[in-house]
Amino acid sequence: MQSRAKKNKTIQINYLARVEGECALHIRMRDGQVADLRLEIFEPPRFFEAFLRGRDCREIPDLTARICGICPVAYQMSTVHAFERSFGISIDPAVRALRRLYFCGEWLESHSLHIHMLAAPDFLGCESVVTMAEKNRGAVERGLRIKKVGNAIVAALGGRSVHPVGACIGGFTRAPSRAQLSALREQLLKIRDDAIECVRWVSGFDLPDLSRDIEFVSLQHPDEYPMNEGRIVSNRGIDAPVDEFDNLFEEHQVPYSHALHCKVKGRGPYFLGPLARINLNFDRLGSDIIAIARETGISWPSSNPYDSIVARALEVLYAIDEAVRVIDHYEPPAAHAVSFEPRAGVGRAITEAPRGSLYHAFETDDRGLLRSVRIVPPTSQNQARIEADLRELAPELVEQPQPVATRMCEMAIRNYDPCISCSTHFLKLEIEKL
Amino acid sequence: MKPRVAVFKFASCDGCQLQFLNAENELLQLAQQIDFAYFPEARSRALDGPYDLSFVEGSITTPGDARRIAQVREQSRFLITIGACATAGGIQALRNWSDIEQYRGTVYPSPQFISTLSTSTPISEHVRVDFEIWGCPIDKQQLLTVVRSLLSKAQPVLPAFSVCMECKRRGNVCVVVARGEPCLGPVTRTGCGALCPSMNRGCYGCFGPANSQNMQSFTELLSRQGVVGDDAVRRLRGINGYVRAWRETADAIASEKK
Repeated sequence: MQSRAKKNKTIQINYLARVEGECALHIRMRDGQVADLRLEIFEPPRFFEAFLRGRDCREIPDLTARICGICPVAYQMSTVHAFERSFGISIDPAVRALRRLYFCGEWLESHSLHIHMLAAPDFLGCESVVTMAEKNRGAVERGLRIKKVGNAIVAALGGRSVHPVGACIGGFTRAPSRAQLSALREQLLKIRDDAIECVRWVSGFDLPDLSRDIEFVSLQHPDEYPMNEGRIVSNRGIDAPVDEFDNLFEEHQVPYSHALHCKVKGRGPYFLGPLARINLNFDRLGSDIIAIARETGISWPSSNPYDSIVARALEVLYAIDEAVRVIDHYEPPAAHAVSFEPRAGVGRAITEAPRGSLYHAFETDDRGLLRSVRIVPPTSQNQARIEADLRELAPELVEQPQPVATRMCEMAIRNYDPCISCSTHFLKLEIEKL
Repeated sequence: MKPRVAVFKFASCDGCQLQFLNAENELLQLAQQIDFAYFPEARSRALDGPYDLSFVEGSITTPGDARRIAQVREQSRFLITIGACATAGGIQALRNWSDIEQYRGTVYPSPQFISTLSTSTPISEHVRVDFEIWGCPIDKQQLLTVVRSLLSKAQPVLPAFSVCMECKRRGNVCVVVARGEPCLGPVTRTGCGALCPSMNRGCYGCFGPANSQNMQSFTELLSRQGVVGDDAVRRLRGINGYVRAWRETADAIASEKK
């Protein structure tokens, strides 16, 4: 009787905490097997793809930014690159470098927020960053220092850190002075040791092992760690230009979620984000960071989703070094933005948001007004992969009391640093005992 | 006992509640003065109400959320909206001019699974609001000012005059006068620090309408700059487009055209 009760169980988390946005999880087990598993994204849909139609292309970087308060830079960057490709605009090399700096700022801000405020409390048995600060104030202060510098970079280029206003098609509305950037360089050098300490700290966490045969996908660039451009690659043979996105992946709707699910056509779920980027671009991290990555004891490439937090910390370190490199080589561009004439056509772009590849496609008429819009955020692409991980975890969950099972599920989901506000077009945990 | 604070989310991008976590210098001190009893984005444990201060982010766009905001109001002594979505309906209020059935079909292949209202509306259309913080996103310093006032049991006050005043104070060159570029500054509330003109561009109104504004004079100015018809309508129907003064002006321009 008792063993039967163990084999049949329902886990229900009604509102997943410490993720950005609103979602729930429902798992029903029958005879030790997963009978039903639903990651329910009930964040209300906001219909960006619909109301952006008819708007002027020049307004779009300000509007797509509003999809996400955590990663507005990535939205602005996918947007401007899509239009620039459609209109045949080539940007100044200095602007290209500034956009890498802009991305470094967002990775620092978003990754340090996730590591210290959303994920680390799990590993230290705390319910929030506030209670974690009582136990380990040093680590929290370190995270806040890193985050602050990330926000300062975004603000230097965009005026403010949330919904910055400086990005535009063709460049920036204003290029920073060398003096402005040197001030940032000083701040970056001060947090470099913090970032190394952070890599060691997270790699010392008791990270579960859920190593699986996973398809990892990210951009890849011939010489650089990917941010703004590259080809779509995977560890299972995808190697294609960005324009092929729709031929490689398919989106489908599930009744319980406001975020569309994505799969590799003819295969299945895929994994985006820092772990995918590191796995596919390890040699582009530079020798210093490669040495630090090897010291963690993880054998790269890693197929364990729980190593994501270490990948994220390594990207924090990369972003610091890359930002310093950009600043050291900076000469202000001849013009802060290239002027352009809109034209009818289709533009597609992918950039690497903190959570993974973010796809935008816009079709414009000859006045630059939008005829159609497609936005595929990283969290909706990761959704099917998250469910696959939870399915693997489910038999272990049945053995655990509810609070432990809930925490295990939340940790598995947090590996992906899901951003639910973005994905709706995302969680509560429900494991049902029959 | 420390005041019990709650942070609620409706339809939004998370950017306004993020400003609590972006208070890198003040966050740990703030956490000593208040108890974040309910703040799911930052804390696993959710404590039941009632709450002394409730911060509400996001607009009302689903039947479920319309019921939830009423419960939030019942649980809250002092309710503060944070940001353009909660205060004005937000960018997603652009649906209010469209056919929602068509929208569902645009984004979702099986629209029947999506439960949504035909409008996105501010919190004040549903329940009594005690204080509104404008902006998309809200300004971190304004948020801290409001929290400090409330902690000392004073009525919070934020300036509501036009951002032009702040822009002059910053010594910016006027983008309208000097360059003839369209700028929503004259009718927009201060609070951002006159960010856009400082970044070499015109304001797009993310802090909403100033308390006194001359919309007729403003549309005449736009018209002299060649911003008429659909172009003028789009500029007003933006992040705060559903706010009455801007909505009525844009609707009038749109109907003139017809």
